[in-house]
This record gives sequence, structure tokens and C-alpha cells, in this order.
Amino acid sequence: MADVSLRETYGKTLAELGKDNADIVVLDADLSKSTMTKFFAKAFPDRFFDVGIAEQNMIGIAAGLAASGKIPFASTFAVFAPGRCFDQVRMSVAQPKQNVKIVTTHGGITVGEDGITHQAIEDLALICSLPGMTVIVPADALETALAVRAAVETEGPFYIRLPRLNLPVVLDEKYKFVIGRAVELRPGNDVTVMAIGIMVAPALQAADNLKSEGIGCRVLNMSTIKPIDEDAIIKAAGETGAIVTAEEHLEHGGLGSIVARAVGKHYPVPLDYIALHTYAQSGKPQELLQRYGLTAANIEKSVKAILKRKK
Amino acid sequence: MTPVQPQSVKELEVVARRMRRNILTMISRANSGHPGGSLSSVEIVTALYFNIMKHNPADCTWPERDRFVLSKGHAAPLLYAVLAEWGYISVEELSTLRQIDSRLQGHTECRLVPGIEMSAGALGQGLSFSIGVALAARLNNEKHHVYTLLGDGECDEGQVWEAAMAAAHYKLDNLTAIIDNNGIQLDGRNRDIMNIEPLAPKWAAFGWYVIEADGHSFKELIDAFHKAGQIKGQPAVVIAHTVKGKGVSFMENNPDWHGKAPTPEELGRALRELE
Repeated sequence: MADVSLRETYGKTLAELGKDNADIVVLDADLSKSTMTKFFAKAFPDRFFDVGIAEQNMIGIAAGLAASGKIPFASTFAVFAPGRCFDQVRMSVAQPKQNVKIVTTHGGITVGEDGITHQAIEDLALICSLPGMTVIVPADALETALAVRAAVETEGPFYIRLPRLNLPVVLDEKYKFVIGRAVELRPGNDVTVMAIGIMVAPALQAADNLKSEGIGCRVLNMSTIKPIDEDAIIKAAGETGAIVTAEEHLEHGGLGSIVARAVGKHYPVPLDYIALHTYAQSGKPQELLQRYGLTAANIEKSVKAILKRKK
Repeated sequence: MTPVQPQSVKELEVVARRMRRNILTMISRANSGHPGGSLSSVEIVTALYFNIMKHNPADCTWPERDRFVLSKGHAAPLLYAVLAEWGYISVEELSTLRQIDSRLQGHTECRLVPGIEMSAGALGQGLSFSIGVALAARLNNEKHHVYTLLGDGECDEGQVWEAAMAAAHYKLDNLTAIIDNNGIQLDGRNRDIMNIEPLAPKWAAFGWYVIEADGHSFKELIDAFHKAGQIKGQPAVVIAHTVKGKGVSFMENNPDWHGKAPTPEELGRALRELE
């Protein structure tokens, strides 16, 4: 099956949900052609607000709309939210628990050629630091649509991070998305790989390769990284005894850090982190993923190394 | 609902003096807080809550209420004082300001206190929030009005001007900003720290209908708010010329009283001036 655009799915899902729910309003900061909120803008021009290149103002307006009973979706690139408007998200959204849904696209290094100014690799650390936020990094287009629906149906502030790239569909139509619940995509009892976003497909590929070598690698899709599914983490630690995390984000403050906190507190086992360690550079997305080790091959390498550390 | 019962200027002056006493008493008791910018806005807020806004202390979520958004969140004691005047909170509760387990946080928190529309404290965010409220009113075909109080020092924040541009772009004639133009910010006089003047042509250039008023004259303020309510097709701003620390001789026009609590002895002197 061909790869599918998560952001196009986002824009079309919003436009679809907007038909039945007049409270949904959408804001963008002059990127609607890229974030794909343009689909909603075309369908419901009266409920779409392009605020220009002003992310701080966008978040504040969204908070005011939410305080008045609307369900605002505010979109821009992941590098600009929460980076450009962190205090607005903190004081106007998170502290008063406003029902604002921030959905960003172009997360991570696979924005590619635009370079490090546009590669959001700190956004999850920032947003996950805020009490009360629900933070979701969907693994494919199907999960994107389900996460957007869940955000509409669930009161409270959300952050959903999408990539620029089209991704393979890794979930099937029977998949049930539940906020805060990790989902096992491959069984296995030797080691667990926990992945989010674009790293779920390489994690599955790694698990399939390892299986042919006789290594049972459990794969968990950790799409809700806040609140994290601690039960699934403790279970994986107990049953598989070693965990590798995989994410398109800095090692600091993202999935790896969050899993490490849970493991350290509840069930210490060896950990390794497939993540970024510093800023990257311009390049084609696939070149960057290779150069910075966000690959199935690197996950396999990490798994083999961590198996030796298991007690 | 409580329909607004217009008060005479004389009656409003009695309320304003009582609010000043309550503001200083609660700050002194808390031994921290911001008297200067609370005192400078007393007439603005009194005029709004007593003679201009529709609001209902029995139902702070009444959809038709006019909204007051305090963007300069350090004037929290002023907002608490006017909410106590109307019974949203009790006068007794004012003495809990800034103390542990009190609802009256140092800067306003909307989820804790009935009648507060927005949490504020980090400056520059209230006008954006107010645009969202005004846009929602337009979408819902509601007729209420949004009043947003900013400090002049607060206008240093870039977000204020993002919002100023947007409110004019959206032609929000259901939104009125009020600038407490007391000329002083924490570190000193605006003209020495960061010159924000001339304010009136700045706001006009951003597309706002500008009204200037003596921020301690009830007559001028009430006239200004009536005028602002009649403007069509653009937002209005009332630039209220005020005196920081107004009403207490040793606080007036003195940057030192931006964020300092009066001692019991100083409070006594201030209260005698406000009898």
C-alpha cells in the first residue's frame, strides 16, 4: 500500500468533523497550505482564522475561543508551537485547562532540506513539561484521524504532532485508539521496542528481521506520550527485561526520557534510546534518517546490544 | 441577571475610595503585591462594573454578560476588590490574598474565582484572548461586549501588537481595549526604560478608533465607553491618562510602589487619606 499523508488526513478529518460539529473552529499562522487546514478553510471559511505569522497571538485567540465554548484547533509547524509561543500555551492554555487543540506538522528532522531552524526536535520536551496536556504522536494516517476525533470528544488541552512525510499505514481498520493506551503491534518476550510517529514502521521492520534470527521483539506503539501508559511499560519491563525507545526527537525530554522515568521508578531494566543527540542539518529526509541513526538497522543493533545487558 | 444601575459620580467616588482602602489593606496584610497599578485603574474598573457592563453576580457564566478581561494581571487586588463589591466573593475573603489555600492568587486564576474570565500575570496575553472571545460572540451572534484592560508598560510586549493588528483586521467592534497610561513600569518611568509613546497614533495606525480620557474622571471615562460602544467596523481603545498609586500622596507617581506592600504604619497613613 502506498504511503499516506498524515497532514492531509488531518485537514480532511477536520473538514469532515466540522460538518456535524459547529463548535469546531480552526486557526493557522500562514501555513494552511502546508498544515492542510486549508481543507477546513475551504469548507467553513467563517470558522477559519488565519492570523498571519503570529503564533503567540494565535494561541491566545484560541484560548479565548475555547473559553467561549468553541473547540479551536490551532495549527502551525512543530518548530513554532510550542517553541514560539511556549508561555502562551503555558499561561493561556495549560494553566486554565482551556480546551485548545494544538496540531503541528513538520515535526522532527524529516522536514529535511529546510535545515535545523525548521527541524523541531525539542517540541515534545517542551510540551510534555506542561501539566494537564495530552500529547499524541500518531504512527500513521489512520491513527491521525482517530486522534483528531478523540481530541474533539475529550475536554482539555491537546498537542498532536505530525510529520511532513507520507508514512506507510501500520495499523489496520480494527485498530482502536484509546488516549493514554500503548498498543502492542508485535508480540515478543525477549525485548521491547517502544516507538512513536515515523519510527513505528522501522520498529516493526526491525522486529520482523529479528524474529527471523530467533529474537522475540515486542513492539509497542506509544502514540500517547502524555499521559504515558505506565502499565504497558511496567508489563514490558517485567516480561521482556529490556526496552529500546525510538523517536524522531532529542533524547532529552521525549519518549525515551518519559519511559526511563517510569522504568526507573517502577521496574528498573536496561534501556537504550534511538533518538537525536544534537542538531542535524539540511538534507533529504531519508539521508538524514540514515545519518542520524533513525533506522530499522540501528534499532536491531541496539536490541542485540541490550540483550547482552539483560540479567 | 443584574441590570446595571447607573450610579451618580458621587456614588462612584464613594465606591472607588472603599475599593482603594480594600486594595491597600489586602496587599499590606499579604505583605506583597502591586499597589501602584491597582490604584491607577480604580476608576476605570469601577465605571465598567457599575455603569457600563451587564453582568450577573448570581451567574458568572451568564452568556449575555459583558466580559472584563484583566490583561495586566498584577492588578489582581483591584479585580478582587470589585468582585467583592458585587458579591462574587466576600469582602472577608480579601484578607486571604496570596496566602496558601486561598482562591485569591497573587495573579488572577480564572478557574478558582467566579467572575474572572482569564488567568493573567505574564503580560501581553489578554488582548489575544479577548479577540477569541469577541470572535466567538460574532460566530454565535451574541451582542455582548469585551473590555480588556492593559498597562502602558505591558504594551512593550510584541504580542500586544500582533493582537492589535488582528483585532482591527477582524473589525471587532465588540471589543474595547483600555490602556492604563500611568507612565511608569517596574524599573522606572516608561520614557526612561522603554518609550512606548506616542500611544494614540500607534493604536490609530494599527486600525483602532482612539479615545483619550482622564482615567480618574468618571464623567470622561463613562463618555469614552459609551462612545467606544457606538463605533462600528473597528475596535476602540480608550487611552486613560492616569496616575500610578492614585489616591495616596506618598505612592503617587513613584515607581517604588509598583510592587511593594505598605507596612502597617504606611497603611494607616494611606487609609487616613482615603477616608
